[in-house]
Amino acid sequence: MKKIGIITGRELNAYFDSLMAYVLLILFLGFTGFFTWIYGSDIFYIKQASLQVFFSVAYWTLFFIIPALTMHLLSEENRSGTLELLLTKPLSDWQVVVGKFLAPLMLIIIALVLTLPYYITVARLGNIDNGQVLSGYLVLILFSAMYISLGLFTSSFTKNAIVSYLITVFIGIFFQIIFQMIGSNLTGALGHWLNYLSMNAHFDSMARGLLDSRDILYFLLFITLGLVLSESMLIKKRKA
Amino acid sequence: MDIVVENLTKTYGTQKAVDHISFRVKTGEVLGFLGPNGAGKTTTMKAITSFLVPDEGSIHVGDFSVDEQAEEVKKHIGYLPESNPLYEEMPIIDYLKFVAKVEGIQASRIEEKMREVIRVCGIQKEKHKKISELSKGYKQRVGLAQALIHDPDVLILDEPTTGLDPNQIIEIRELIKKIGREKTVILSSHILAEVEATCDRILIINKGKIVAEGTTDELRKKSQAHEILKVSIEEGDVNEIFKALQSLDETELVDFINRDKGEFEVQSRTNQSARRSIFNLCVEKHWILTQMTPIETKLEDVFRQLTMN
Repeated sequence: MKKIGIITGRELNAYFDSLMAYVLLILFLGFTGFFTWIYGSDIFYIKQASLQVFFSVAYWTLFFIIPALTMHLLSEENRSGTLELLLTKPLSDWQVVVGKFLAPLMLIIIALVLTLPYYITVARLGNIDNGQVLSGYLVLILFSAMYISLGLFTSSFTKNAIVSYLITVFIGIFFQIIFQMIGSNLTGALGHWLNYLSMNAHFDSMARGLLDSRDILYFLLFITLGLVLSESMLIKKRKA
Repeated sequence: MDIVVENLTKTYGTQKAVDHISFRVKTGEVLGFLGPNGAGKTTTMKAITSFLVPDEGSIHVGDFSVDEQAEEVKKHIGYLPESNPLYEEMPIIDYLKFVAKVEGIQASRIEEKMREVIRVCGIQKEKHKKISELSKGYKQRVGLAQALIHDPDVLILDEPTTGLDPNQIIEIRELIKKIGREKTVILSSHILAEVEATCDRILIINKGKIVAEGTTDELRKKSQAHEILKVSIEEGDVNEIFKALQSLDETELVDFINRDKGEFEVQSRTNQSARRSIFNLCVEKHWILTQMTPIETKLEDVFRQLTMN
């Protein structure tokens, strides 16, 4: 546990030292703030004291920001050879993978904490459903974790961070819309499974405040899958 | 901690990088890996550090198996990889602190350990600089510092002195020798003088196989069954001297080194010495023997002999 913390700490420091953290925080808060409060179908247009607008804006903002946070995690170590150094220290592959996974997750949680003023403002404007807000934040964290573990995996098999970014977005887009698009036109088992794979339904129901263990299980399943695949890439590298 | 390597084999695609290598290194010994590029030195070292999983064979560090108890083994190893990879964006001091934590050094002792390696590796003045701002030699020192920080029982150094200036090279060699008295050290190099200067024992690897093993002297002797002498004789007809030398019982071959100055190279028959006969010959013929030096086979020659073709 302590070793995982050391890895996470180093990565988190690297985000702040390279200004990456600030750029991404500004981008995230800028985008979500703009579309939640100022433009489009914003909170004043909808006229409901709810953060659902924010959650759906964050759904896409995070989708594009997360791969930028994860793209270098292992690819950079592959390129510079520091992976060799890390893996010959008394650390297990799993500790390295989980440590790296937690760093961007922490950063996203920091970003979400910084949106607390949104909540406070909306809560003053009307009667806000606190359960729904909590459920919404929880799904944002799970959603981020899922894409972080995907991003970590795509960065494990390349030496080029941009390649990792593009592959993450490419795979991610299937979960974001394509599975749902195809699934809704199909009936039977295939349609059912595509709908299950699609992120949309799981995200929406939780963002609306419906806490269902099946939705949580969906996210946990893909988070674990991403981590296990990343670890197996490290093991494969040793046997190459 | 002893290192025991048995039947280590590693294949990349169709190429055998390491082919059934077995050897043993004892505590307090500095072992030098010598071999041309691509001979399998780095692969062997990576396998000992558990970074590469071998296709066949077993490696033990102390009582631990690299295959089964990698975590334990890694605690006892300090490793400097060939390309000396470092987190370039970190300041030296932060980097060393990170490594110290990863190595599991107690928080209260980290400061002390860091001060020690910074002093030993001579990076006191640079310690607040970012690693990317350092010259190659200083980066190499940082690489050494991270390998030494947890006081490992086994030190594995892949070409430790590349990029260092001559003064630094001597310092680092002294350091390796000092460490090598109590610990187990394996270092690879293609600089023969370096291996000769620092290592107690040498392993020459070629095409994934061990072709020779022993101390520098032993290796020299092996290729030196024939004594070779450089002889200078004055006051005599060069051709006559040549014939006389050639006709001695012990000589196998005589060659001119410098015909005008009367310098010859005399190679004796296997396990015989022509020194006495040459001296007696000169006395008898009233020639003046001005020089008789045994030509030592250099490690270079041994190396070339063993690794050519």
